[in-house]
Amino acid sequence: MKKQEYIHLLRNALGEILTEELSAAPNELYLALKPKALSKLPDVCSLLTKSLRGQFVTIIANDEQSIRGLFSLYYIFSLPADDLFIILRVSVDAQHREVPSISSSIEAADWFEREMKDWFGIIAFPNIRKLAVHPDWPEEVYPMAKEFNPRQTIPRVKGTFDFRHVEGEGVFEIPVGPVHAGIIEPGHFRFSVAGEPIINLDAQLFYTHKGTEKIAEGLTPQRALWLAERISGDSTFAHALAFCHAIERICAREISARALVLRTTLLELERLYNHVSDIGSIFLDVGFSVGAAMAFQLKERFMQLNEMLTGSRLLRGMAAIGGLRRYPNKSQWNALHAELATGRVEFNSFIDLAMSASTAIDRLETTGVLSHKDAYRLGIVGIAGRASGIARDFRQDHPHCSYPHLQFKVAQHEEGDVLARMNVRIDEVRESFNILEQLHRQYDHGSIAATSEYREASGHALGYVEGWRGEIVHWIMLDEHGKIYRWKITDPSFHNWRALKVAVLNNIVPDFPVINKSFNLSYSGNDR
Amino acid sequence: MFKILRQSIRTGVVTNSFPAVVTEPAEGFRGKPEIDFARCTGCDACADACPTDAITLAVVSHTERTLSLDLGHCIFCGECEAACPDGIRMTKEFQLATTDKSALLTRARYKLDEKGTFEVSGMISHTPSDNETLDEIGAKLKEKIRRLFGRSLHIREVDAGSCNGCEVEITALNNPIYDIERFGVHFVASPRHADMLVVTGPVTRNMELALRQTYEATPKPMLVVAVGACAIGGGVFGSSYASCGGVDTVVPVDVYIPGCPPRPEALLHGILVAVDRLPQRDTDQLRE
Repeated sequence: MKKQEYIHLLRNALGEILTEELSAAPNELYLALKPKALSKLPDVCSLLTKSLRGQFVTIIANDEQSIRGLFSLYYIFSLPADDLFIILRVSVDAQHREVPSISSSIEAADWFEREMKDWFGIIAFPNIRKLAVHPDWPEEVYPMAKEFNPRQTIPRVKGTFDFRHVEGEGVFEIPVGPVHAGIIEPGHFRFSVAGEPIINLDAQLFYTHKGTEKIAEGLTPQRALWLAERISGDSTFAHALAFCHAIERICAREISARALVLRTTLLELERLYNHVSDIGSIFLDVGFSVGAAMAFQLKERFMQLNEMLTGSRLLRGMAAIGGLRRYPNKSQWNALHAELATGRVEFNSFIDLAMSASTAIDRLETTGVLSHKDAYRLGIVGIAGRASGIARDFRQDHPHCSYPHLQFKVAQHEEGDVLARMNVRIDEVRESFNILEQLHRQYDHGSIAATSEYREASGHALGYVEGWRGEIVHWIMLDEHGKIYRWKITDPSFHNWRALKVAVLNNIVPDFPVINKSFNLSYSGNDR
Repeated sequence: MFKILRQSIRTGVVTNSFPAVVTEPAEGFRGKPEIDFARCTGCDACADACPTDAITLAVVSHTERTLSLDLGHCIFCGECEAACPDGIRMTKEFQLATTDKSALLTRARYKLDEKGTFEVSGMISHTPSDNETLDEIGAKLKEKIRRLFGRSLHIREVDAGSCNGCEVEITALNNPIYDIERFGVHFVASPRHADMLVVTGPVTRNMELALRQTYEATPKPMLVVAVGACAIGGGVFGSSYASCGGVDTVVPVDVYIPGCPPRPEALLHGILVAVDRLPQRDTDQLRE
């Protein structure tokens, strides 16, 4: 369907409550909800997800008092069938910051609504439980409001975490974190257990909140790119690329085919080392140390490949607006593909060996099951979604980079257990090798720089990539000087944390580490 | 079972020979930036390109300027080299750990005359601490601790809000290639078991108390190592409502390991420097 057909359809179903607004990118359809129809917001969203099969992507709150004298909320839905994003803009009065909650029909929106209350003071009634600020943060101080100066210290107030408690005979509560036993990021978990099984898990996150979105405001895109690389270190390139993508769409910049090939290569290399690492960590957590050692050896090799190609083991300093900052020479490019060919052979023999270790595999089967129904209900994305039968992959749904010109299969498993999440990774590693081989043939000697000159622009657009963990979506609004006015970062972890809470239920506490690892969510990407 | 045994035997030893042999980083690797101070014209291009103010050009008086490079703030992006290819070069040097934060700073003083000539008038080394004697006592004590821990060291890693890039590299220390356990160094699950805290991240507001409590829970004597640009001085995040801007704003730090993130061998070097098993980078050489 075309944009106009969607508008027509929505008007027929809802009446004249939506007006189309300008959009910089061709696959974004902005529709403003008329203020008097605010109470219809949940109905419009339900219609988009249920009847039009739109997938909930993110909600962006924006303090637009200096532009139109009010706050705006942008509800973003993906329509993979037409490679289209429908973006519903809702005006929120600055004095009376309240909208109806949509999370009763779209549960995936729950955390997004709670975050906008904590950061902007916009209440999605009745969804008001604290999420993104800790209890020692004072009430009615909203860090993302424009009047808030980020370069200040806010005094702490008294307060305690509001955990959901389970009470009853023989029910115990186990607090864990924020400093964990392994080398992982900080977060606080409360397990309620009755005997061995976990009957409830509540989590307090945002320990790594660094105010990334706020401190970027007023920066030039070139400067903010350094922050984008540091949203989640293991997804350095994917986040940086999503950021560049958004800026390029605002400025309507074309990217050279050669830069696209290299960008895709780097995305796949990032996928490769992280997936192999996770496979190793899953084995480590079930005590299969030979499997873990083999995986970590391979991971190290892939990270050294990254350094050989880009000068950085984490692919830092590569992404640039309009193209790439550096370009490997022909011998590096050929060395990469020679190494990948041996890496592929080694990976396959490693998997053959590991899969024959039945003691390890038994631990993974039926552990930490996330059912298809729950995954669908919670809007789970990325590898976790694909392991529970949700065929959602931006490489296919919204083709970007070189993906439209590549042959690949989207991995999918139905079981939703730890093994399924590992199998999705194994399939994707194999597919990455295929993709990289195809990219090798597409190398040419064209220019790295963008085909059009960079010019400052204002406006707003989405930028997105399928990172190794799942879809990474940035939404950026540039002001009239071309500086960042608002930058919203949506890491797949923000969608998927709630899946972990469901998947651990009725599992034993000692299995929590391996279940957690099978999701491997980014705390920093979630907290920003 | 036999397959696994065969695999283990076939693999053999993959561990590298650090510190006897330090692996040469790949071509294009960006290590310590080197400024040719004599060639500086005071144009400010490098300082302007630097995203973390690791390079700053300061006006002292109308005839005097200083140009400073602080490796602690450097994220090794190479933008300064791109802005000034004649005067700045990214070297491959990555073993940059030091016990003395001021050793990370290099500063040159320039004279500016009416004709517009811009000349180096001297290099500035850091001002020594006011209380030398107390420093000396502290230093002796530290020497003793380091020798003590030198044989076996237990580390608790604390992520105080990093982007997880440093964690990726710290995790690599446990892989068969870097195998930190061959030095008698172990990562332990609790600060109660630890001799050393390895801290990453700019210390977010939300991690400040947790870091303080972890520090207090660690038996003394102990060492604190700040890993990465964020932990040393806030890195790209600086200090804000959400970030304290460095580990030493919260707890005392013994060793600083620059990098964004430091590669595994830089981490190994830093940890061994902390327990005095490797000489740290010659600070005199840095100040010339």
